[in-house]
Amino acid sequence: MNFLLSDDQTEVQSAVRRYFDKALPSSRLHRCFDAEAGFDTELWRGFAQIGVTAIALPEDHGGLGLKLIDLALVAEAVGAAAAPVPFLGHALASLAIAWAGSEEQKSRWLPALAEGSVLATIAFADAGGWQPEQWSLASADRLLGSKRHVFAADVADLIVVGLAGGELAVIERNAAGLVVADEGGIDRTRRLFTLTLEGTPAERLPEGAVQSARLRDAALVLLAADAYGGAKRCLDLAVEYAKTRQQFGQVIGRFQALKHQLANMAVEIEPARGLYWFAAYAFDDVQDRAAHSAALAKAHLTDRALQLARDAVEAHGGIGYTWEYELHIWLKRAMLDYAWLGAPQEHRARAADLAGW
Amino acid sequence: MDFKDSPDEASYRAQVRAWLAEHAPGHELPRDRDASEDELVALARRWQAAKAAAGYVGITWRKDVGGQGGTPLQSVIFQQEEARYRVSNVPFAVTMGMCVPTIYTYLTPERALPMVRRAVDGEQIWCQLFSEPAAGSDLAGIRTRAQRDGSDWVINGQKVWTSYAHRSDYGILLVRTDPGVVKHKGLTMFYLDMKTPGVDIRPIRTLPGEAEFNEVFLTDVRIPDSQRLGNVGEGWKVSLTTLSHERMAITKPADAPGVDELIALMQALPGESGGTQVDDPSVRDAIARFYVNDMGLELLRMRAQTALSKGQAPGPEAAIGKLVMAKTRQDIGAFALDRLEQAGIAETDDLRIKPFRYFYWWAPGLRIAGGTDEILRNIIAERVLGLPGDLRLDKDLPFNQIK
Repeated sequence: MNFLLSDDQTEVQSAVRRYFDKALPSSRLHRCFDAEAGFDTELWRGFAQIGVTAIALPEDHGGLGLKLIDLALVAEAVGAAAAPVPFLGHALASLAIAWAGSEEQKSRWLPALAEGSVLATIAFADAGGWQPEQWSLASADRLLGSKRHVFAADVADLIVVGLAGGELAVIERNAAGLVVADEGGIDRTRRLFTLTLEGTPAERLPEGAVQSARLRDAALVLLAADAYGGAKRCLDLAVEYAKTRQQFGQVIGRFQALKHQLANMAVEIEPARGLYWFAAYAFDDVQDRAAHSAALAKAHLTDRALQLARDAVEAHGGIGYTWEYELHIWLKRAMLDYAWLGAPQEHRARAADLAGW
Repeated sequence: MDFKDSPDEASYRAQVRAWLAEHAPGHELPRDRDASEDELVALARRWQAAKAAAGYVGITWRKDVGGQGGTPLQSVIFQQEEARYRVSNVPFAVTMGMCVPTIYTYLTPERALPMVRRAVDGEQIWCQLFSEPAAGSDLAGIRTRAQRDGSDWVINGQKVWTSYAHRSDYGILLVRTDPGVVKHKGLTMFYLDMKTPGVDIRPIRTLPGEAEFNEVFLTDVRIPDSQRLGNVGEGWKVSLTTLSHERMAITKPADAPGVDELIALMQALPGESGGTQVDDPSVRDAIARFYVNDMGLELLRMRAQTALSKGQAPGPEAAIGKLVMAKTRQDIGAFALDRLEQAGIAETDDLRIKPFRYFYWWAPGLRIAGGTDEILRNIIAERVLGLPGDLRLDKDLPFNQIK
């Protein structure tokens, strides 16, 4: 048994951390958060250059052929940095094409997606719901309807959309009848858009109906990893603040009321890390536990991470309540991780069904 | 990352499984009724002896002190496999988890070996005489005095919360040998024959109604200096050796009801709108929460075990694991009792129900033993998060000047 990261895995994650430490100082994070448009081209390019967009794509199409755990470790680092990069949508859309596309489609799209020179995103939710079994947008050569809560749809070159029956299809940028509207999402590091499709041409991915449930499971793991990264950062910020802020002639971190609050936060989040590791591992290596573990990891981690972000605001006092300090950015990211792809209770219910009791 | 056994581990597991399949069923606790304490202890002695004969006791201990010289993972594998059976280990938990490792750490192998053997073979039980009425969380504040008298020490004082003292042959005993220095410095550790004149053991009846714990009164008890463990004045250091083993030793009791038992109970109770309780979305949500909590703990333990097998020091996992495990046991009990309504307050022989109430009552003890929830939060805050220590007004005062 070996339940620790390998040196290679630790190194990939550190590389992403180092990149954001350098390229994304607090000032730039605030600038991106407040900017009219949410996409920082330069930040994305530098991020892609680390090789993260190639991680889980097949080697014969320009990928690195690694596993979901490797991708999830990047998601954790992105969450820890609150990085305004359209990583989640891009990674999932790339996986959709890699798993469900024809050989020709893969050759056409994957090399540029692996490089990060073409940007893709994924459209899960529609009027039917978040889950592939619930999608209601009818499959057709020309799509008529809408999809909601799509990351970076204003700048994406390709959008993978989920269709009724769990089908998947690709819409290209500037396709006829495609209207992209900003939803004014609260997490301004990951802007959300509604797609209105008025006879929009779409290219079907032949294996979509077979792969979409698995794509959802991968998305759940990545959301859980992002949530863990964000929660850990919230705890670190709160601890750091408790060690420096003074009241009543001493640092507030000496007061047991606050120490115990911070210890409780550590107790919530420390055992949760293994849940996303295991879910990622099960995704590739223990098929019969993959869906169940992914649902539980997403449910538990995003639930606890949101609570942790709220606790961190409380632990900071007044400064945590300001726009100027960046804690609110992690709170809003935690709210998105909690809600996107379905709230925790929905996934706990799915996990119960999957467990068969 | 890999959850499969290595070839060595797999062959060890196969060997353990085969051995357990042959021997464990004959040593199991009755399933249809509660065992008496006599039965429990007798079963535990026989089971311990059977395991010892096959080389499954003290798996990680050094060979020269009576252990097997095995790896931490082998010990984990044995525990995992043994947990499939309802065997009795509780009477030996303190002996094996805390006392014996302290004995062999501080005595020469020649002296330790015979004592370790008698414990390993299930003949002798040990207890730990640490806590006192005025020294619980603040263990270094103990008042039991030891005064030198020739080659002996004379002990006077009172210990409390001593598990299985009434069944024990020996105990390890923390006492104050010098009240004139700061409280951590004036302590010394001994081992004690529990039959020594002046040792008076009285049971404490606990919240669930049992008497597993005792008060131990020590009046002019003479202990030869040769029974000292470690140097005079270094008892605190020795006690840390014992306690570091304690939290690792605390795991979910084999007979504590878990998620599987909760599901079975919910499936047996009628639902409000037809079907059973397990069809109720709020019940399903709660069970999934308990399940994921246990799963998180199990994975935390696996991470710690991997670190241990790579020679890294165990991290804060033990403190976090114990904190969450104890609270979860209480919460599972509370949830089941909630759903049982009046069955929770009436006497019942229903064995599907009884364990939930029992562990609901037993868990508060678990939340105190081996470090209260609050002490563990201090440890996590200070050693994991690096926050400053509590104010300790008595830290620099000689013990006899603390008011």
